[in-house]
Amino acid sequence: MKQKDIAALLDEPACAHNKKSKSGCAKPKPGATAGGCAFDGAQIALLPIADVAHIVHGSIACAGSSWDNRGTRSSGSRLFRIGMTTDLTEQDVIMGRGEKRLFHAIKQAVDNYQPSAVFVYNTCVPALIGDDVEAVCRAAEEKWGTPVVPVDAAGFYGTKNLGNRIAGESMVKHVCGSREPDPLPEEAVREGVKVHDISLIGEYNIAGELWHVLPLLDELGLRVLCTLSGDARFREVQTMHRSSVNMMVCSKAMINVARKLQEAFGTPWFEGSFYGVRDVSQALRDFARVIDDEDLSQRTEALISREEARMDQLLEPWREKLRGRKVLLYTGGVKSWSVIAALQDLGMEVVATGTKKSTEEDKARIKELMGQDAVMLEEGNPRALINIVHGKNVDVLIAGGRNMYTALKARIPFLDINQEREFGYAGYQGMVELARQLVLTIESPVWPQVRSPAPWAVGASAAESTADQEVVA
Amino acid sequence: MTEIIKRKKALSVSPLKASQTIGAALAFLGFRRAIPMLHGSQGCTAFGKVFFVRHFREPIPLQTTAMDQVTTVMGSEESVVEGLKTIAEKNQPMLLGVPTTGLSETQGSDVRMALKMFRDKYPQFDTIPVVPVSTPDYAGCLESGFAKAVEAIIKTTVPAAKEANTTPGRRQRQVNVLVNSSLTPGDLEELKEIIESFGLRAVVIPDLSDSLDGHLGEDEFSPLTIGGAEVSEMSTLGDAKATLVIGKSLQKAADTLQQLTGVPDYRFDHLMGLQAMDSFVDSLHRISEEPVPAKLERQRAQLQDAMLDSHFMLGMARFALAADPDHLVALSQMLEGVGAETVAAVAPVNSPALQQVASEKVKIGDLEDLEKMARAGGAEILITNSHGSESAERLGIPLLRAGFPQYDFLGGYQKTWIGYRGSRQTLFDLANLMLTLEKGEISPYRSIYAQKTDFREVTDEHSSTATTRGLHH
Repeated sequence: MKQKDIAALLDEPACAHNKKSKSGCAKPKPGATAGGCAFDGAQIALLPIADVAHIVHGSIACAGSSWDNRGTRSSGSRLFRIGMTTDLTEQDVIMGRGEKRLFHAIKQAVDNYQPSAVFVYNTCVPALIGDDVEAVCRAAEEKWGTPVVPVDAAGFYGTKNLGNRIAGESMVKHVCGSREPDPLPEEAVREGVKVHDISLIGEYNIAGELWHVLPLLDELGLRVLCTLSGDARFREVQTMHRSSVNMMVCSKAMINVARKLQEAFGTPWFEGSFYGVRDVSQALRDFARVIDDEDLSQRTEALISREEARMDQLLEPWREKLRGRKVLLYTGGVKSWSVIAALQDLGMEVVATGTKKSTEEDKARIKELMGQDAVMLEEGNPRALINIVHGKNVDVLIAGGRNMYTALKARIPFLDINQEREFGYAGYQGMVELARQLVLTIESPVWPQVRSPAPWAVGASAAESTADQEVVA
Repeated sequence: MTEIIKRKKALSVSPLKASQTIGAALAFLGFRRAIPMLHGSQGCTAFGKVFFVRHFREPIPLQTTAMDQVTTVMGSEESVVEGLKTIAEKNQPMLLGVPTTGLSETQGSDVRMALKMFRDKYPQFDTIPVVPVSTPDYAGCLESGFAKAVEAIIKTTVPAAKEANTTPGRRQRQVNVLVNSSLTPGDLEELKEIIESFGLRAVVIPDLSDSLDGHLGEDEFSPLTIGGAEVSEMSTLGDAKATLVIGKSLQKAADTLQQLTGVPDYRFDHLMGLQAMDSFVDSLHRISEEPVPAKLERQRAQLQDAMLDSHFMLGMARFALAADPDHLVALSQMLEGVGAETVAAVAPVNSPALQQVASEKVKIGDLEDLEKMARAGGAEILITNSHGSESAERLGIPLLRAGFPQYDFLGGYQKTWIGYRGSRQTLFDLANLMLTLEKGEISPYRSIYAQKTDFREVTDEHSSTATTRGLHH
């Protein structure tokens, strides 16, 4: 990828970070950087597209340590769970055989797995030695008759965030608009329900949580042409250009997709979240608002009041256990505020939130929710997190999986909120699971047991003090 | 207070109970060159033998007085005398046990008189201790029979301090350890290792880890046990520094030993989980006046870490347990320690120990009762003996085998449940079983408008009752 293309991706006019010197896409600092590379970001963004053969073109480290490691779920094809890589050898690198190997790798994937399409992720080594991945993909597609999409996302191009954008860019450039949507299935036509086409961008169906939301959208007559990329199929991504509104779910990562689809096809988009009762309701209202269908608005309001009443009842017993508990939230981007609302719905107090990847707009929303004095953590090194936990008497730390063992070693109750998690928290129903998991860890009897010293250690100091007393007496 | 629900139904279906008689036999099998001779019909012995052969996958020395029609009507004392003489003459055992059965007890057989007749008639066998124990199978269960035999063995083989001139603490490094029937040979090995790490010498009564640990010996055949506690050591118990007693079922045995010898005792309900082990290790520390070995401190820290790692899976997890009373107490308390819930607890007989079971109620009953309670409580894992496999299958949940018998499973007798190490492994085993349940999995939902062509029909409901799970915890 050319430097100017990377620069163009980094310059995202729709992103609030663009307006400020410090940004989430800033250069990583050697020796003090956490988080993934561009390849990581690209692969995460697209891997949930279930019926695609995802081939990682590179030496083994890229695919070897990352394949089949995501919490995303598919309702059908499981092809995406099969790790595929060209596993380049020293000979391939020296002799320049990478392209040839890739060409044959694509054939092998097509022959053995009949994928709907092949995605080829470029990585550092082939990018460095100058493999022309795009040309190989073109040639392979022509020769084998299956779409082959290059995703040029070598790790050294930049951060995970950039990788997300590269992934989105590849979809807009190579896939979106290459097929018209299926006609509406006859059995799905209901009288009095006008169907509108929508797409969800940046929803990854972690632990299947999308399936908590989808029935609501069905009920309202909102056809999801495509979710980029949770439980998606290649043929769905192809039709994204026809949606009448796109929702950016919980992530700025693929904001370029929303913007480019708007530029190319005039599709309006809005940003929202499916975490927490308030936010789910808000997202549903936003669909109706942007689509501007009076009937849809009415049905949406009816659904919201029905679901909110139901949730109120379901959540009440959990609220009793969670009310007043203190949370330290350390997560990035939109989640920094969307989860706050969800936790407040449960009666919990969020004492601080991480804002490392948040935009100015995100921060404004945080202040709206938490008040002007909201504690925002720009840097979340483990020590700092632990200090806040102790300083503010935090009951539970909510963060990404990589912080989990930091929390546990410090004997702090923990809830995993990122993509490796095993539980779905989205939608109205997801709130019950969220509440349950919070109670499970906060009220676990293991905490006093791991915090208290061994009886003999206590006995020793007690014995000493008795001895002292005797001396005094 | 744990509510005890007594047995109401006439028919016992899929019985949980194993007889007192074979429980007593098992205790004798924990002594070297011993053999129990069940006083009953030959079937009593044959069934008991198969029971243990299949569990331990070892030859089991077990004899019978072979009561027939004549002796049953006319008196069976002669059979006892004849049986004792035959075994004494042929095998020169170091210990002969005579547990009674339902048949001989109902008949009113006077084993003490028979023993007196044997001593009068065959003084040449005076050096062989013979221990009669009343263990009709219409009372108690395996655990109580085992405990009764331990008590009877102590009464017969341990001399009173006055007679034998024993003094508590003369052997500064010796500790007597009375163990109940729930401890496996694997448990006993671990127990001895822990005690020895304090520079103490453990005399374990009875010691199945030396006889039925499943080792390949030199001799091709032995009519007697090939290992176990030494009967000759019983006369030294009065010189020990302390006695450790594991299990409530051994109260009377412990009282007897205490009255005979005056050796101070330390009683523990069980050795599973952090708290139980902490108090045990602390006692060893005080008895030995040695610091707790670094190795144990490390194992303790490892268990704590395992508790943290596994609490996500085991917290609010619902277990169904069926076991003898002491064993039930141990398992339920260990589970409670990591936040799991015992929704079904069944014991074959009532016992004061059941008050300690960490569950709302305990049913005195069978595996049919267990299955019903497990279904009603939504149990996710079953813990009981091999007979539970059918129930587990009908319930559609995994079975962890514990207790007697384990005939469809290799190495059940060597699984280590106790100590920091054994507890840690048990937590891992249970957490791994929970992971196989794909708990919290959300059923795939297919939108009525979906453009997908590959939906996978899923019939089983993983997440149906997430709403209320754990609320009653």
